[in-house]
Amino acid sequence: MRAYVIRRLLALIPTLFFASVIVFVTVRMIPGDIIDMMIAQNDISANAASRTQLEAALGLDQPMHIQYVRWIGKILFQGDFGSSLWQEQSVIEEILSRLPTTFQLGFMALCVALVVAVPVGVWSAIRQDTWGDYVGRSFSILMLAVPSFWLGTIVMVFPAIWWGWSPEVRFISFWQDPVGNMLQLAIPAVILGTSLSAITMRMTRTMMLEVLRQDYVRTAWAKGMNERTVVVRHALRNALIPVVTLIGLQAPILIGGTVIMEQIFVIPGMGLMLLEAVSRRDYPIITGVFLIVGVAVVLINLLVDLSYGLLDPKVRYR
Amino acid sequence: MSKLLEVTGLTTRFRTERGAVMAVDDVSFDVDAGETLAIVGESGSGKSVTALSLMRLIPNPPGEITAGTVMFEGRDLLKLSDAEMQAVRGDRIAMIFQEPMTSLNPSLTVGLQVGEPVQLHRGATWKAALEKAGELLMRVRIPDAKARVDAYPHQFSGGMRQRAMIAMALACQPKLIIADEPTTALDVTVQSQILSLLKELTRETGAALILITHDLGVVARYADRVSVMYAGRVVETGTARDIYKRPQHPYTRGLMACVPRLDGALGSRLVPIEGQPPDLSRLPPGCAFAPRCVDVTDKCLLSRPVLEDVGGGHHKACFVPANAAAGVPAHA
Ligand SMILES: Nc1ncnc2c1ncn2[C@@H]1O[C@H](COP(=O)(O)OP(=O)(O)OP(=O)(O)O)[C@@H](O)[C@H]1O
Ligand code: SF4
Ligand SMILES: [Mg+2]
Repeated sequence: MRAYVIRRLLALIPTLFFASVIVFVTVRMIPGDIIDMMIAQNDISANAASRTQLEAALGLDQPMHIQYVRWIGKILFQGDFGSSLWQEQSVIEEILSRLPTTFQLGFMALCVALVVAVPVGVWSAIRQDTWGDYVGRSFSILMLAVPSFWLGTIVMVFPAIWWGWSPEVRFISFWQDPVGNMLQLAIPAVILGTSLSAITMRMTRTMMLEVLRQDYVRTAWAKGMNERTVVVRHALRNALIPVVTLIGLQAPILIGGTVIMEQIFVIPGMGLMLLEAVSRRDYPIITGVFLIVGVAVVLINLLVDLSYGLLDPKVRYR
Repeated sequence: MSKLLEVTGLTTRFRTERGAVMAVDDVSFDVDAGETLAIVGESGSGKSVTALSLMRLIPNPPGEITAGTVMFEGRDLLKLSDAEMQAVRGDRIAMIFQEPMTSLNPSLTVGLQVGEPVQLHRGATWKAALEKAGELLMRVRIPDAKARVDAYPHQFSGGMRQRAMIAMALACQPKLIIADEPTTALDVTVQSQILSLLKELTRETGAALILITHDLGVVARYADRVSVMYAGRVVETGTARDIYKRPQHPYTRGLMACVPRLDGALGSRLVPIEGQPPDLSRLPPGCAFAPRCVDVTDKCLLSRPVLEDVGGGHHKACFVPANAAAGVPAHA
């Protein structure tokens, strides 16, 4: 197991290298030029001299590969992600101050997804082709079909029209008021969670049906167990192994979802920061956020792989 | 004294795409306390379905027990509630399956699975159950048993897994053990070890054994009585000696002809009799064996023979008397 973990960690190095290159290059390919925007905003007369001056000041005059090496070198050796091109603000500090909120929203959404998906999926499987199964499956198809940004907008708009109620827009920090903070994040978390739960639920159902056909489940019945013990003790764990992988694969969708929810519900997380930075072509912030997200996705998938060990003894003993 | 198990008119039907199939059709047999009954027959003859029906483990849908009684210790198992039946399974009747590689749960320790019946039926703590599991594994002669309680099934060989299955079956000292081809999936060398162990342990605990097998060598060596199944029905039943020495039904005689003599018989397999096993969804109106039978008469094509006594508790379902038959001679 120890060797396995080390092998997996080493395998992360090339993955993260390619991720950082892709992040760096694609961000520069966003159409629109920051120099133009700055000149327009600051009303500087756009003569060629001031242009090159500005470019040089921002370090954008160098060839792209030099820029990349400078950027990644600072990150690796100084932990410095640079600072915003518009304000003198450190990118990493800003990210770190916003990361917990995004993480909290994502985590809450994941919890909602699992709390909905696993029981409903299991129930659908053990009551295959009954009313309960049909209701569960219809719900999951509905959730697949309804985009979460649409649902989020509806929740934002209609209660305001009908009852004059709308979600709090002023952000309540967790440290000021934990309960208020959780309640505020609950709505976007539920919306995001239910939409994530759709696929997880179907996967749980399929895997459960598969496992219930296995010989060892028949053995469990033959020992005189009741249905609950058969399902919980003998079937569930084996059915969840592939479901856990699915959660890892859904991590990017989850992060994308939090960006959208932060935008709709005005939550000051990394997503909102990213959107603002993109609209202003603030390259260090965009690349910084993307890199952190990339690292997060890779780490989540590593955690998923390692959690196999807990579920599947064959992995643990390898 | 009444029998330990008395099965009467058991009928199990499966709904398939090709129509309803009687996998077990009006099957009757009984087992005395401590006795070993072998059920033999070709693949698809309904042996496993019979065993699963006794345990009420037929998957429904597509299967359903449509008729019959299964009297066990004075109660009809088919009439018990689910909870009452759960109290019987694993405690009074235990079952061992054909596939040792897949019959154990890969993500739970062997010890937990072996001790589980004690925890379920005796209300033992897990600690006590695991201790018991250690003893049981020792009894089925798994080397280094105490240390292996915490092992997982993938760390066991096929033979060791089947030993663990036997240990699991013995956990609550059941009155009846049903072993469905317990050695078919194992190496020939391991097969006789496992069967001898099973036989020895049932003798020690006084449990009766229903031994389902393809292998007539096994029948001769381990069974007291035999029921021969064909196309979901019992076509001949009697003591192992009678069946072996004086097989009456042309099907049984055909099976016997494929087997070498008693001495070297162990490990020999049924070589299929000429022709294919029947398609259960298209059985002929008369005797199901008629298309393959060497003794077939006109009567056989019209009506279905029922089990009749040919003397000394030996029954067969065939119209033609054995001594008048032109077919394969019996071992004398
Ligand atoms: N789950 C099922 N669905 C549909 N039909 C089934 C099912 N299980 C069994 N059957 C039917 O019952 C018949 C008897 O099957 P069974 O498993 O009892 O045979 P068997 O005598 O145990 O054979 P084998 O020696 O191969 O184990 C099969 O041929 C099949 O038609
Ligand atoms: S009844 Fe007829 S067809 Fe059937 S086994 Fe006897 S002789 Fe053969
Ligand atoms: Mg079978």
